[in-house]
Amino acid sequence: MAKDDAVKANGGSETVAGGEPTRFSSALTPEADFEIKVGLARMLQGGVIMDVTTAEEARIAEDAGAVAVMALERVPADIRKEGGVARMASVERIVSIQEAVTIPTMAKARIGHFQEARVLEELAVDFIDESEVLTPADNEHHIDKTLFRVPFVCGARNLGEVLRRISEGAALIRTKGEAGTGDVSEAVRHLRLIHRELGALRAARREELLAQAKHLSAPFDLVRQVWEQGKLPVPNFAAGGVATPSDAALVMSLGAESVFVGSGIFKSDDPARTAAAIVKATARYQEPSILVEASREAGAAMKGMAVDQVAPDAQLQTRGW
Amino acid sequence: MPDDRAPVVGVLALQGASTAHLTAFEKLGVKARSVRSREGLEELTHLVLPGGESTTIHHLLELFDLRQEIIDRHQAGRLALFGTCAGAILLGGDDGQAPPRFGLLDAVLERNAYGRQIDSFSRVLPLPGLGIELRCVFIRAPKVRRVGPRACVLACDGDDPILVQGPGLLAATFHPELAEDPMVHSYFLRPALWGEVRDGSIEKEPSELGPQAAVGT
Repeated sequence: MAKDDAVKANGGSETVAGGEPTRFSSALTPEADFEIKVGLARMLQGGVIMDVTTAEEARIAEDAGAVAVMALERVPADIRKEGGVARMASVERIVSIQEAVTIPTMAKARIGHFQEARVLEELAVDFIDESEVLTPADNEHHIDKTLFRVPFVCGARNLGEVLRRISEGAALIRTKGEAGTGDVSEAVRHLRLIHRELGALRAARREELLAQAKHLSAPFDLVRQVWEQGKLPVPNFAAGGVATPSDAALVMSLGAESVFVGSGIFKSDDPARTAAAIVKATARYQEPSILVEASREAGAAMKGMAVDQVAPDAQLQTRGW
Repeated sequence: MPDDRAPVVGVLALQGASTAHLTAFEKLGVKARSVRSREGLEELTHLVLPGGESTTIHHLLELFDLRQEIIDRHQAGRLALFGTCAGAILLGGDDGQAPPRFGLLDAVLERNAYGRQIDSFSRVLPLPGLGIELRCVFIRAPKVRRVGPRACVLACDGDDPILVQGPGLLAATFHPELAEDPMVHSYFLRPALWGEVRDGSIEKEPSELGPQAAVGT
């Protein structure tokens, strides 16, 4: 099938009166489609994905060794400071960032806003982040991600949330952390919790799986699949509050396969140096001597704010469920 | 130049899907190790350059002083190289676009030649050079734009070469590490990989040639 036809046929989330939503027409089975989406996520292993707001920042990120860039209107620290409704970045901004780099371009859509996601898909971004950093468009429902050809990444704080997002079609999971703070503690908490809950699920007996599914509020078939395979069907990256090379090494050591860095780079003193240093630390996070070099080379980190200074109703991680 | 040592296999693990390659070798009963430094290259007879972002992998190879070391060891006949996707791009010759290439494989690969992720695909394709069929996954894949006389095409998708061999070199534009069957990894470990290639044909093993060994422009 020609690309254009595929894109046009991809009107998926429209529901014809009384009918079922139609899946995008594709020569691929759902399994093969999912494999290709997860495949791109696997190719990002050991890399750093950087938030950028301009073509110039995108080029700095690519030159520093970023594995992908995330196009957005404002970095999370500014969203936090300035308030207002945070939406998908403007089309002009996304296109200028896409054209500036050869690495994959990701972009954020609001939780539940499948029409923003349609715009991003039509622009052929490489990954869509259905992100709690933006103001949610739907407080009850996330996007049905199986209806899209572009893969999605979603945030999660615990295993139940991980599995709910995968069941909706997410091809990549990241911790939510607490974006825009420069405080890595929430990302650490989410990584540890997800791994602890995975351990508990692996240790469960077969007859306990239904209770596990109930406890996790996750689909039984997916719970059973993870139990059988002993691991998640998609990679898990870290995001939210990573600001230094050591922060990146910390989350990698705790089992993250790659790192998203939001405000941490372009809110630091010297973004190009900080970006390169975080890339270096992520690639060889097990070696203290490399971390010393990377720490020397990084610019001064963003000042940030401790998570306990964030009012509960100003927390981004509680958006979505 | 054949290398008759027992295989010691490494997978470059600076950035990219290295875990999938380790798993493929595990299926063959081969314990491969992750390589992140020059020390990691010691004793290696085989190294995989995985899929990932070729710009990032190049950046890190330079940063950690690995690029020239890998090229030197290969040219001395001591290190066979297998590149998938981004890794295959690096093995080939320069096309004037970033990143700079190793210039070892007599072929030139163009990055992201199919387009963006939305153009990624998979299909079952015959690999005549190996005598098997495989579900081939192409992710933001490159295309082989030119094949020289010192490279042999083992498989194609339509007119596009997808698996290319040179002396001590194997390059796939798809991801054999994501397939169930580790036959391409097994092929990489054969001593015959070091066979000379002349005029697009592997000299020492005429019986194993694919039918379209001379594809290229």
